Amino acid sequence: MKKNKSIQKEPFVRIVKRDNIKLPKIILIYSIAIVGGLLLSGLISVLFSEKGIGDFFQSLFTGAFGSERKFWLLLQDTSLLLGTSMALLPAFKMKFWNLGGNGQILVSCLSAIACMFYLGGKVSDSVIILLMFFASVIAGALWAVIPAIFKAKFNTNESLFTLMMNYIATGLVSLCITIWVKSGSGVLAPIAYGNIPEIGNKYLLPIILFVLITVFMYIYLRSAKHGYEISVVGESINTAKYVGIKVDKVIIRTMLLSGAIAGLVGFILAGSINHTISTASANNMGFTGIMATWLASFNPLLIMLTSFFITFISKGMVEVRKTFMFTNDSISNIVVGIVYFAIIICSFFINYKLVFRKKEKEEIKK
Amino acid sequence: MKKFSKVLALCLALVMVVGCLTACGEKTPDEPAAENIKVALICLHGDSSTYDKNFIDAFKLACENKGLTADDYTIVTDIPEDTACYDQAADLAETYDLIFADSFGHESHMIKAAQEFPEVEFCHATGTRAHTENLPNFHNAFASIYEGRYLAGVAAGMKLVELYGDDEGKVSDENAKIGYVGAFPYAEVISGYTSFYLGAKSIVENATMEVRYTNSWYDETAEKTTALALIDAGCKLISQHADSWGAPTACEEKNIPNVSYNGSTEEKAPNTFIIASRINWAPYFEYIIDCVQNDKAIDTDWTGTLATGSVEITALGAAAAEGTQDKLDEVKKGLQDGTIKVFDCSTFTVDGEELTSFIADVDDAGDYKPETEVVETENGITFVNESAKRSAPYFNVIIDGITAVTE
Repeated sequence: MKKNKSIQKEPFVRIVKRDNIKLPKIILIYSIAIVGGLLLSGLISVLFSEKGIGDFFQSLFTGAFGSERKFWLLLQDTSLLLGTSMALLPAFKMKFWNLGGNGQILVSCLSAIACMFYLGGKVSDSVIILLMFFASVIAGALWAVIPAIFKAKFNTNESLFTLMMNYIATGLVSLCITIWVKSGSGVLAPIAYGNIPEIGNKYLLPIILFVLITVFMYIYLRSAKHGYEISVVGESINTAKYVGIKVDKVIIRTMLLSGAIAGLVGFILAGSINHTISTASANNMGFTGIMATWLASFNPLLIMLTSFFITFISKGMVEVRKTFMFTNDSISNIVVGIVYFAIIICSFFINYKLVFRKKEKEEIKK
Repeated sequence: MKKFSKVLALCLALVMVVGCLTACGEKTPDEPAAENIKVALICLHGDSSTYDKNFIDAFKLACENKGLTADDYTIVTDIPEDTACYDQAADLAETYDLIFADSFGHESHMIKAAQEFPEVEFCHATGTRAHTENLPNFHNAFASIYEGRYLAGVAAGMKLVELYGDDEGKVSDENAKIGYVGAFPYAEVISGYTSFYLGAKSIVENATMEVRYTNSWYDETAEKTTALALIDAGCKLISQHADSWGAPTACEEKNIPNVSYNGSTEEKAPNTFIIASRINWAPYFEYIIDCVQNDKAIDTDWTGTLATGSVEITALGAAAAEGTQDKLDEVKKGLQDGTIKVFDCSTFTVDGEELTSFIADVDDAGDYKPETEVVETENGITFVNESAKRSAPYFNVIIDGITAVTE
């Protein structure tokens, strides 16, 4: 050892894999990352305005929790993101990189709106809502299963395929609006028919629905045979084949489920929240959902936390923009980026640690 | 992992609750009404859209002119045209006295909020439904921007003559072709490009115009590629009704003169920018702030004009033809004293015939059925009286000389 040292100098810093990190340390690392990220974001915001860092944090929290309405909206939007993440989760567990969340939500939303548009006033609302439900779930599942079939049968690249399906969905929405809105304004006014009745208040339905879906997904992935098959396919396709799992079947079945859940998000957006559609109706959740899923390391319960956190930041930043008079969303995008980045970095520090070269003096003492 | 998630959940929840408490505790006390009012602006996009920037700048200016401090007004950007608009408006209505939304698709959601908060005033640009909704606190506004477009068209015609005119100022058919990037085949756009075309035609008699739509109000890539496609199709000058920098930058690249909208685009297109028309919203903002401050009723449907200062043309760009300013002054005077009418039926034909009657869909009941005659005669001129029956434009006929390609 000593001999070796005289020949080769120890590097100043080394990266060492941690063996078993304790829970308090994990929490500490995450807290430092989040608080650090927010502080840095706050400082950047302060740099571009006359307000102080206190205003930044106050607005951030006011935007999310400032009134009863804001709080309900926070929960509602969290639940939508949670629903989208649950749609993406089984595919990701299988290492099927489904980037088509937006498209799947959009086509299902469009199918539901089509039911409202064509049947509204002609048949009873309960019939319309039932049809909307099936139409959106089927549309979402169909949009997801097309790339899955190609992946299973021809081994096409699923990321590109699902991504392209998004553009087709956007085009379809644009086309339908052009046909439906005869004035040519490109804006479909909210449709009064086929609106899903409120339960309790208008925010509660999606919240309950998507929490239930999360519980279902937790059990499905953890305890069901299907869930086990998904994880085996995700780990190694060859192993899966060797133990007798029909990989094609698993890919197609899982994507049907994934698309169907995205379909539910579209159904809720159309029937319960917006009653109208635009090319931006998916609110980019197909991608934000990836973030929520990934940050939570594919754990359904943790995804509840990450979707809440992401929604909190985005709601909070709307208020920050208001307070700081930022008249575009560039600063919010920077802030959100910094916070995500901080969290991603900290996942590195949970798995690895930095070891610095010991000082000469200490060595002499030894 | 399970334990970890629980503890993490607990920690985060704690942070949030503490945040909530501090936030709730520092809620601003109820403002006394009367002179100290609070006003809010809701925008579809941020100031990177020329359309929204036009509102944002005017709003700030009007608030300052009316003595409102930064604490009295707020601007919320990037609010989509769905329930998020209602949520935002309703949230603002709890603390603000006057709320304005800038995009057509915000209207239904603003109406919903107006019904819920009768004590708050809701104003909306480009909307069509205020005059039929019968809500005392919901109002529409627009401006006779077709006059500004007409003036911009005159400047465009002058440029074509300068570039391609022979000794008598005649321009060959090939060189008299203008391209136009439109957003949607919607009355606001059609009225806008028709008035622009008529302005150019008043200088270059044989001018023709090709219109292509992007089917989006804001899509920088589509606007740019559409402008480039029009240039490739032989258009010698480009104008647009779309909200991004797409078309002006395409023109600058190809060195094709550009007539802009919503404000000057000279900073990014110094060599090709001729002129821009815009609606100056500051007079309307000042008017509504004044109304709320003094408890006066706001007009249900307000149309700004050249006289109110709502219709503006920018200073001419370096690329503008010589003598343009004098011509513009002359035409502007004519528009103001009524001797020139933009939609003068004797200056254009539809399917080869002069327009003698035009029934417009002024009452927007969602049925798309036109019901109001808008051709009128005044001072011996028979013309389509645009923006008179309601503030938002309703002229949506494709006149001869314009080809509109719906893609």
